Amino acid sequence: MIHARGLARTFEGRGRGKAKEEVKAVAGVDIDVAEGEIVGFLGPNGAGKTTTLRMLTTLLKPTAGSATVAGFDVATQSQQVRRSIGYVSQSGSTSPEARAGEEVMDHGMLYGISQKQAESRGRELFEQLDLEGLWERKPQAMSGGQRRRLDIAMGLVHDPTLVFLDEPTTGLDPQARANLWTHISDLRTRRGATIFLTTHYLDEADALCDRILVIDHGSIVASDTPDALKRQVAGDLVSLVVADASKAAAAAELLGRIADTEVEVTAAQAGTGAQAGAGVSARVRGAGHEVAGLIRGLDAAGIDLDSIEVRRPTLDDVFLDLTGRSLREQGA
Amino acid sequence: MFWRETSIVFRRQLRMALRNPAWVIIGLVQPILYLCLFGPLLEPLAGTLGAENAYTLFVPGLLVQLGLFGALFAGFGLIAEWRAGVIEAERVTPASRTALLLGRILRDVLQLFVQGLVLIGLAFLFGLTGSLPGMALGLVLTVLLGAACAAASNALALTTKSEDVMAPVINSVALPVLLLSGILLPMTIGPQWLQVVSDFMPTKYIVNAIRELFTGDFWTITTMWGVVWTLVLFAAGLWVGTRTFRRENA
Ligand SMILES: Nc1ncnc2c1ncn2[C@@H]1O[C@H](COP(=O)(O)OP(=O)(O)O)[C@@H](O)[C@H]1O
Ligand SMILES: [Mg+2]
Repeated sequence: MIHARGLARTFEGRGRGKAKEEVKAVAGVDIDVAEGEIVGFLGPNGAGKTTTLRMLTTLLKPTAGSATVAGFDVATQSQQVRRSIGYVSQSGSTSPEARAGEEVMDHGMLYGISQKQAESRGRELFEQLDLEGLWERKPQAMSGGQRRRLDIAMGLVHDPTLVFLDEPTTGLDPQARANLWTHISDLRTRRGATIFLTTHYLDEADALCDRILVIDHGSIVASDTPDALKRQVAGDLVSLVVADASKAAAAAELLGRIADTEVEVTAAQAGTGAQAGAGVSARVRGAGHEVAGLIRGLDAAGIDLDSIEVRRPTLDDVFLDLTGRSLREQGA
Repeated sequence: MFWRETSIVFRRQLRMALRNPAWVIIGLVQPILYLCLFGPLLEPLAGTLGAENAYTLFVPGLLVQLGLFGALFAGFGLIAEWRAGVIEAERVTPASRTALLLGRILRDVLQLFVQGLVLIGLAFLFGLTGSLPGMALGLVLTVLLGAACAAASNALALTTKSEDVMAPVINSVALPVLLLSGILLPMTIGPQWLQVVSDFMPTKYIVNAIRELFTGDFWTITTMWGVVWTLVLFAAGLWVGTRTFRRENA
């Protein structure tokens, strides 16, 4: 559905002085999205997600590279591309003082569908997106989540088979976000749509996407399924709390045999017993597989555990590993 | 296709404007105030200004002023729409970029047309006499001029994307145009240098043409220049406007 090669975009800095600085918003990305996929474009603010999306949706001319979207070239067949896609921009799509239903209908009619069709399709979408009873409501009198769902209804009114969503849940509370995730994954199950979405939320990419492209400073730094990304980069974090701190070194030795990183030993908070315990942790690839043997070994060596925890790596670990920065720290 | 898209955009704009009572009231009160509060001042001067009827002098000026000012400020609404994401949402549809612009301009043009009708109609009560077909043609020129200004204003809005940048630009254009076009008083009563400067104002020729049309002089050089300038401005406005709407990154 989407094939981009070396897609790049530079902006002329609008500095008032003589110094013209060029901002390389997107520095040549390759993107392939197959029909029926939900692909996430994950990256911090300013990474180039919106710019890439605007190039793929014909809103912005690339400075280099090429792309076909839904089988059409974005540069030479923009009309056909526009007809085939739905786009939900980051910044909304309706006038605050217009009426929701009319906005959706007008939008549909601009795609060439009849007024009748636009209305029935619009009402159907309102129902599916939990917007019943808001047809006459002005967007300014809607909650953030409702407005975002209205934007999605706008993007879907002409029944596109390929949908671009730019940060669909930014600024929503956790409940509204989870709710929107259901609607987005419904798009595929109900209509077989292909979805390309951007986000700077790790949990969103994790929960929603079959595949993730990680973008940073305008370049794609990784592309895989969320699970594979996590597997390939970090390994699971295995944390033991040894009941008797004096046995921590022995435990660390055993953990070290299966670990892929240095073993860390920390003084743990007092365990259940009188004596202080110690924390022993390391990253282990495929820990689910290895941990049973580790426990048997610890048992044989007479080392008692207060607890054992295996934590799957998060996408934040992945991002940290790829870029040396945590996505979380950057904030929204 | 093109006209359907234009009419979708136009009806959306009109619907929203009509729901805003301030828009309707201010639009209608403007011409009435001018006529009631300024017209009586001109009446005794008509003779010295070389006109038989003060209102054939005054009403064309007011028409052009309505066209210039109402339309030049049309772009402010567009900035608000751009900020809300409406423009981007419309540009991602296959609709013609010219239709997106024209639909908006038509709303401003309709407003201008209605204001012009009210103005001329009311002026009859005050004592306007003249050629009816001439007045109709004058109104057409006004509307075309307004369309050009609205298009230019929309283009400026999409380029600057900021009311704070746009307001001073428009004011610094509108004021000299207003003063040098002989809108309120004909330039012929001014000193030589002022007349020379005003010769560079296309709108002066348009005001003069509409004045002649109002008195029933259709086939004069003045009228011809006014029509030519109106058409030139109209074409230029549409061209600039469409180009801006089409341009990437707008
Ligand atoms: N119209 C523009 N003019 C100049 N710079 C821009 C423009 N749009 C985006 N940029 C710059 O390009 C970079 C990428 O922006 P963007 O694609 O919006 O990032 P993201 O959507 O990932 O947050 C940023 O540094 C941004 O400032
Ligand atoms: Mg963005």
